[in-house]
Amino acid sequence: MSIESTHSHDNDAHPAAPGDHHDHKPTGFFNRWLFTTNHKDIGTLYLVFALIMFFIGGGMAMVIRAELFMPGLQLVEPDFFNQMTTMHALVMVFGAVMPAWVGFANWMIPLMIGAPDMALPRMNNWSFWILPFAFTMLLSTLFMDSGGPAAGWTLYPPLSLQGGQSFAFVVFAIHMMGISSIMGSINVIATILNMRAPGMTLLRMPLFVWTWLITAYLLIAVMPVLAGAVTMLLTDHFFGTSFFNAAGGGDPVMFQHIFWFFGHPEVYIMILPAFGVVSEIIPTFARKPLFGYAAMVFATASIAFLSFIVWAHHMFTVGMPLMGELFFMYATMLIAVPTGVKVFNWVSTMWKGSMTFETPMLFAIGFVVLFTIGGLSGLMLAIASVDLQYHDTYFVVAHFHYVLVPGAVFALMAGTYYWLPKWTGHMYSETWGKIHFWVSTISVNILFFPQHYLGLAGMPRRIPDYSTQFADFNMISSIGGFIFGASQLIFVGVIVHCVYKSRKAAQGLVWEGGKGLEWTLSSPPPYHSFNTPPLIDPTTISHPEEAH
Amino acid sequence: MVRTDQAERQPSHTKLVRRLVLIAIGMFGFGFAMWPLYNVFCDLTGLGGRGVKVVENAGELEVSDRQIKIRFDATVNSALPWVFQPKEKAMVVSLGEMSEALYLAMNVADEPLTGRATYNVTPPEASLYFVKTECFCFTEQVLLANESREMPVYYFIQPDLPEHIKEITLSYTFYLDDNTSSVAQASSSDQ
Ligand code: HEM
Ligand SMILES: [Cu+2]
Repeated sequence: MSIESTHSHDNDAHPAAPGDHHDHKPTGFFNRWLFTTNHKDIGTLYLVFALIMFFIGGGMAMVIRAELFMPGLQLVEPDFFNQMTTMHALVMVFGAVMPAWVGFANWMIPLMIGAPDMALPRMNNWSFWILPFAFTMLLSTLFMDSGGPAAGWTLYPPLSLQGGQSFAFVVFAIHMMGISSIMGSINVIATILNMRAPGMTLLRMPLFVWTWLITAYLLIAVMPVLAGAVTMLLTDHFFGTSFFNAAGGGDPVMFQHIFWFFGHPEVYIMILPAFGVVSEIIPTFARKPLFGYAAMVFATASIAFLSFIVWAHHMFTVGMPLMGELFFMYATMLIAVPTGVKVFNWVSTMWKGSMTFETPMLFAIGFVVLFTIGGLSGLMLAIASVDLQYHDTYFVVAHFHYVLVPGAVFALMAGTYYWLPKWTGHMYSETWGKIHFWVSTISVNILFFPQHYLGLAGMPRRIPDYSTQFADFNMISSIGGFIFGASQLIFVGVIVHCVYKSRKAAQGLVWEGGKGLEWTLSSPPPYHSFNTPPLIDPTTISHPEEAH
Repeated sequence: MVRTDQAERQPSHTKLVRRLVLIAIGMFGFGFAMWPLYNVFCDLTGLGGRGVKVVENAGELEVSDRQIKIRFDATVNSALPWVFQPKEKAMVVSLGEMSEALYLAMNVADEPLTGRATYNVTPPEASLYFVKTECFCFTEQVLLANESREMPVYYFIQPDLPEHIKEITLSYTFYLDDNTSSVAQASSSDQ
């Protein structure tokens, strides 16, 4: 490819740049992976870790769906069931989705803004290597006498304080995850603000970089609040304080306020990078620039801002004053406006485009359609007066799984298919990618759509048994769940095949319509890329016109 | 905004990182600051129904001829084996009139137990006009095995109570006050 050769020529033209120019990887397995400070290696570590956690969390989901296959208690003890729902959520949120996005950030941000690496490479190594320890600690509670946490991922007191000694491990694990996320975010912000190649102005940055910049600020703002909340739980449990203990003058409802002050921005932490990835993929396969780039940036920023003032929509039933209910109801509905702007922009980008439907595009379109369904059920939940009925039912479960599974997780898969050839230098199997997409998309709807009806009919969440009128839809949902779980094995198969077996070499510009600096590099990119800043050529970046 | 050019490709990140770390530490503090802020906020606004004022000496009261119904409610936390109820379920009082309400508590366990009561007022807005001069909830209460006791509350409602409030509920919950064994109690009670 001519682009590659121009690039290597470019590299040679600036031999004076500081640092090691050789494309040497450190030798030896441990040297390479344990001590690595290379953004590509660390990105890979994060992604592999997230995939493992996705399967551990998924295994727990299979236990849950198996128990709910039929009414009655068949497979597991109720207390273990509760541990499964709690752990499933903690593992998926903090172990799978968040680290996967950090993995994407590590791999792609330096490539997209023309930086040689992340700003703080050593800290980068730390942020990753904290995670396996945190999750070993969290998962080990399942094997302790008092069992794993069982009060739900929201850890509401007083229930969460009635567990045994293993609770301390949960709290410390959450502390470690928080520290890891904060360090990762600091790195992302420093990289984006300080290390862009000359000419890569803020309003020329790819949307994935923009969404991650905003996500990183959200993380720095709310992860410490979660750390504070669980610290207060810890001292209430073990040291006799009464932050949330009504008998001692505390207030359990205050925990809910603090938790959701973290929790609602947290759901946007999981979805904003997804918006970014989808905004990269759709223009590529529609062969048109993104419709309304600036609108997308502002929509992302306003979603981030609004996410701080809507937390109590999770608490409509605690007995808020009427004015409070109204405020949080309208503020929540307001979020639908910038979210709608995004959806319309994606659709307008596809409008009259020369579209092709490779696997990344399929997942991106699946994202747009199914995430929107989740957004609409969110709007229903935002109506305070009807939330009194929906709250804590399967309707809520259906809502957040639509936004998180065919939402965040589909975007992760879309991004994986999109950049896997870039990362590995090989093409994945398009046939198997498409099979993966169709099986996942059909089964995810069989899995979650019936849960809307279960919730409207009154089936409560987080209960291992249910009355018999819910039997049919639960069985359908479980069958969908098993198919969805199994279809993720295809995903792993495609990745393993692509990395180790695929003989089809990928070009530098993997996708014909691809724009952005990452495509000016070879596939795989050299171990050290952009040691000298690239020249920003308006024809190769996605948003050249926005700089004025 | 920070601009990069060729010369400062490897700029010092120290300043930015320091600022970001400070934000993180500040937000950790903010989580804890919620604790006093929450209480101040509730006291000021009456939200949560805990804006009740406590005075030692009511002084001279101006009794208005507007009357209002006060309901009394009682709950006991499951960890405390007491029976607890109001002597009368409701009474009608004049605004500004000093009144007394009586609650009855009985320890049905075979050991002495210490209880502590929390309270709130519904509608929450009314708590801002609710004044107590004496209440069993101000201190911890010890009941010997099978002992029972009348527990009084002295209170009045300020005459400036907004018109739209027609009825007020005063609600108490008794908890076991035993910091040292509450953990053991909680974990043994869910088996
Ligand atoms: C239009 C946008 C959205 C609106 C209006 C909305 C509204 C709501 C409301 C009102 C609830 C509380 C329901 C209840 O507990 O009774 C809720 C729960 C939830 N939402 Fe959303 N939501 C939106 C988007 C999202 C997104 C993008 C995500 C994540 C990617 C998300 C994740 C969640 C989760 C995880 C819960 C349940 C938390 C729990 O109780 O465990 N939502 N949503
Ligand atoms: Cu929310």
